[in-house]
Amino acid sequence: MKPHIEFKDTLREIHNFRQRLAICIVFVLLLLLVLFSRFIYLQVIQKNHYQTLAENNRIAVVPIAPSRGLILDRNGVVLAHNYSAYTLEITLSKVPDLQETIEELAKIVDIQPGDRKRFKRMLADNRKYESLPIRNRLTDSEVARFTGQRYRFPGVEIKARLFREYPLHDQSSHLVGYIGRINKNELAHLEEDGVSANYRGSDYIGKTGIEQHYESELHGITGIEQVEVDAAGREVRVLSRTPPIPGNNLVLTIDAKLQAIAEQAFGSYRGALVAIDPSNGEVLAFVSKPGYDSNLFVDGIDEQSWSELNNSPDRPLNNRAIRGQYAPGSTIKPFMALAGLHYNKRSPDYTISDPGYFSLPNSRHRYRDWKKEGHGSVDLFKSIVVSCDTYYYGLATDIGVDHIYDYFSGFGFGKKTGIDMEGEVPGLLPSQEWKRRRYKQKWYVGDTVSVGIGQGYSLVTPLQLAYATAILANGGSAHRPHLLKEVQIPRTNERRPFGTHLESSLNINPDHLALVKKAMVAVTQPGGTAAQAGAGAPYAFAGKTGTAQVIGIKQGERYIESQIQERHRDHAWFMTFAPADQPKIALAVLVENGGHGSSTAAPIARKMLDYFLLGKLPQPLQPVEGAEGIDEDE
Amino acid sequence: MKMNKRHIWQRFIACLDPVLLAAIGLLLLTSLVVLYSASGGNWNRVLLQVINILVACSAMWLAANMPLHYLMRVAVPAYLMGMALLVAVAFFGEITNGARRWLNIGVTTIQPSELMRIAVPLMMAWYFEKNEAMLTLKNYFIATLLLLLPVLLIARQPDLGTSIMIAASGFYVLFLAGISWRVMLTFLAVAMASLPFVWSTLHDYQRHRILMLLDPAQDALGRGYHTIQSVIAVGSGGMVGKGYLHGTQTHLDFLPERTTDFIFAVYSEEFGLLGNLVLLCLYLFVIARGFVITAHASTYFTRLMAGSITLTFSTYAFVNMGMVSGILPVVGVPLPLISYGGTSMVILLLGFGILMSIHAHKKLIQT
Repeated sequence: MKPHIEFKDTLREIHNFRQRLAICIVFVLLLLLVLFSRFIYLQVIQKNHYQTLAENNRIAVVPIAPSRGLILDRNGVVLAHNYSAYTLEITLSKVPDLQETIEELAKIVDIQPGDRKRFKRMLADNRKYESLPIRNRLTDSEVARFTGQRYRFPGVEIKARLFREYPLHDQSSHLVGYIGRINKNELAHLEEDGVSANYRGSDYIGKTGIEQHYESELHGITGIEQVEVDAAGREVRVLSRTPPIPGNNLVLTIDAKLQAIAEQAFGSYRGALVAIDPSNGEVLAFVSKPGYDSNLFVDGIDEQSWSELNNSPDRPLNNRAIRGQYAPGSTIKPFMALAGLHYNKRSPDYTISDPGYFSLPNSRHRYRDWKKEGHGSVDLFKSIVVSCDTYYYGLATDIGVDHIYDYFSGFGFGKKTGIDMEGEVPGLLPSQEWKRRRYKQKWYVGDTVSVGIGQGYSLVTPLQLAYATAILANGGSAHRPHLLKEVQIPRTNERRPFGTHLESSLNINPDHLALVKKAMVAVTQPGGTAAQAGAGAPYAFAGKTGTAQVIGIKQGERYIESQIQERHRDHAWFMTFAPADQPKIALAVLVENGGHGSSTAAPIARKMLDYFLLGKLPQPLQPVEGAEGIDEDE
Repeated sequence: MKMNKRHIWQRFIACLDPVLLAAIGLLLLTSLVVLYSASGGNWNRVLLQVINILVACSAMWLAANMPLHYLMRVAVPAYLMGMALLVAVAFFGEITNGARRWLNIGVTTIQPSELMRIAVPLMMAWYFEKNEAMLTLKNYFIATLLLLLPVLLIARQPDLGTSIMIAASGFYVLFLAGISWRVMLTFLAVAMASLPFVWSTLHDYQRHRILMLLDPAQDALGRGYHTIQSVIAVGSGGMVGKGYLHGTQTHLDFLPERTTDFIFAVYSEEFGLLGNLVLLCLYLFVIARGFVITAHASTYFTRLMAGSITLTFSTYAFVNMGMVSGILPVVGVPLPLISYGGTSMVILLLGFGILMSIHAHKKLIQT
């Protein structure tokens, strides 16, 4: 009985067991089926998706920054070039402890407090995925030392980078400008313009001057390298490479030597000078003094230099040539004379008797002439030669401010010249309408009197006056002033000239023009206001001095230069073109607080003309620094 | 002399199952081939794996030649020793990577949880065999306790992967021993109800691993990285794979732990769906043979043991491939017979040795 039961139990047990085992087998088969469907899903249905992911994983697109175009003067003198140097860069995302890393690095390479500050500032202004330099321009021994201990510094790399250099330092700084690290603002602009992709490998952008205006020419086109990377982001090999296209070189219309002479001639004076070729608008010299060393800005300027530049009473960062607005003073008299002839308010022989002042009818207010006792009998010719104020007080009231406005507009006053540089200001050419809008006041005749001698509301920039001078010199044809002569495309050696833009052509009666030019030539000859500066010139040159008041002189007082603080002295103007009969150069000089135009501004112009027309270097001969013997980079 | 030699050889292989041996051999060969690629052409790695295999094969041979009554005699001492070691680990174990798994026994360090992979089902099968005559609920309860004790100790180390695998192997014994569906379902209900409690006892990294399964992209650079990269590797392998030694995920370091737990991603990337099919077939073959042996096992003890070994092996394969292909959480389970590693290889082949022994000694009994 019992064995029977046991036997039966065993059978049942085996039966039960087999049943359970069958369930298990089904279960296992089901699991394998689940796996197999998963494989089909991943490897057949979603194959493309995962293959793309794998490709993206292994392939990184690395931008290669193009080398920036050079900036040269018209004779090939280098104003801006690039040189290669090593930098020590930190990739933020790969560094575990930034502060500690910097401390450790400081034990190997020299890291100045200035470097740390600059690094911090860039950190605050960081763009995504960027590596930031902690040190620029490593020495060879520093490179060797770091390379030896590189394993200790994940995320820190030595990179060969091209650096911008301005070999002329503070000469031509306002002209050439500088580049600096791209900030958030500029990045937003690049994105707006849809060119941010081209800046993926670039750290720098033109901030001022030519560097800024011709950024799109200078920058070049970023290349692309497809590299295979491993999981740590290390490059394994290059898969494909589209080389960058270097930026175009710019040949400026500037003559660096002429520029250097001008900068030297200013000495310690502040001011600005613009020289233009009247026949085509090429700017031959573009000076704003004082300047600064553009190189300071390239790697991010250090705080001390910045505060020195920014807080200096001389305001070296202000580009006076296009942003300085000054009363034009007597320099507008030749234009006034032309306006008087144009509107038939004066004939060449019309003569006034100058008592040394001018009064409006029914007024006892006296507008003084600069010469207390007056110039006696004055016609149009003499009015320019001796710069008679009284003549122009009367003439201005006769023409009326709105006619003055119309006529002067033709010479480019009161509006931007459109030069190829950012930041130009328009100056101010007043009119009745303007005063109503600006001050909600009626225009008084007395306002017109001041306008007649370039005081009162009138304001011009040195560039504007140079432009007006060029138009005058050219007989009324206005060529927009420009700094770019041609663009050189380095890969093809192709040259793209800037071309000239004939803006407008004024209709000036040749007789009127001849008379005014003759008078301006007489200005630089014995008896003229610039006779001293004109002495001994072997060429005839036309000129006109001017003085811009800085502070008002009260009725009944005299302006005595020696009794006035240096910074309250008048600004000195001189405008000129030469040779008088066939002008090759027209220029305007402003010397801030220079007193009289004849004593400070005219001599600067004379040195320029001597060099430009005769090739004569100023006496005493000073070697012109940097203008020669510069090796071209690349 | 010649006859004698042949005789010895026959005796030597008598207990080995040729079918099982062939399938295992193919898998081991695959292991070496994939390992060469996964290690980046490192012959040293391959050589070490060969040594692992040789050691494991000796263990298999020994187990295969071990008489079954001897195996039964070993069950209790092995289990007790394992438990003692686990307790020792809990108190004196060495901490590596935040887990206390290893025990220093002077000459070397050992991981007692590995021993339990065999010892637990062995002990449970022995227990059921002893009480075969009159199995009551009480027996199942005691067997469950025998299982839960080491599982909880190992889970505490923490070693989620191993504890789950041991729990599975024990559960298979219970299931095959005929635990009633009602008890199982009750137990399941209790387990489900206690899930929130279990969740609160889990370590952060374990919770993380489970959460990550739901959305691996959530933590793409941390925990999720493993899964994301391995799924990319598998998926990008496509139908026929990228070719041997040409897996970009593998050779550019994107795959983590690619010689051990994630070796399947390497295989899958380089050999594609076709390769996977071959691998699944090999596994299926081994499993099928295991089931055949189980079905023909002569005693209660051997049936339970053989079933548990086969099912555990299947579970290993499923969990690893499921984890690599992103349908299961990353729990740290190697791919059986393929992943690099000595201990797991020895334990696995020891299991197969027992399977062979079960088969061989049944035949011997019959003849």
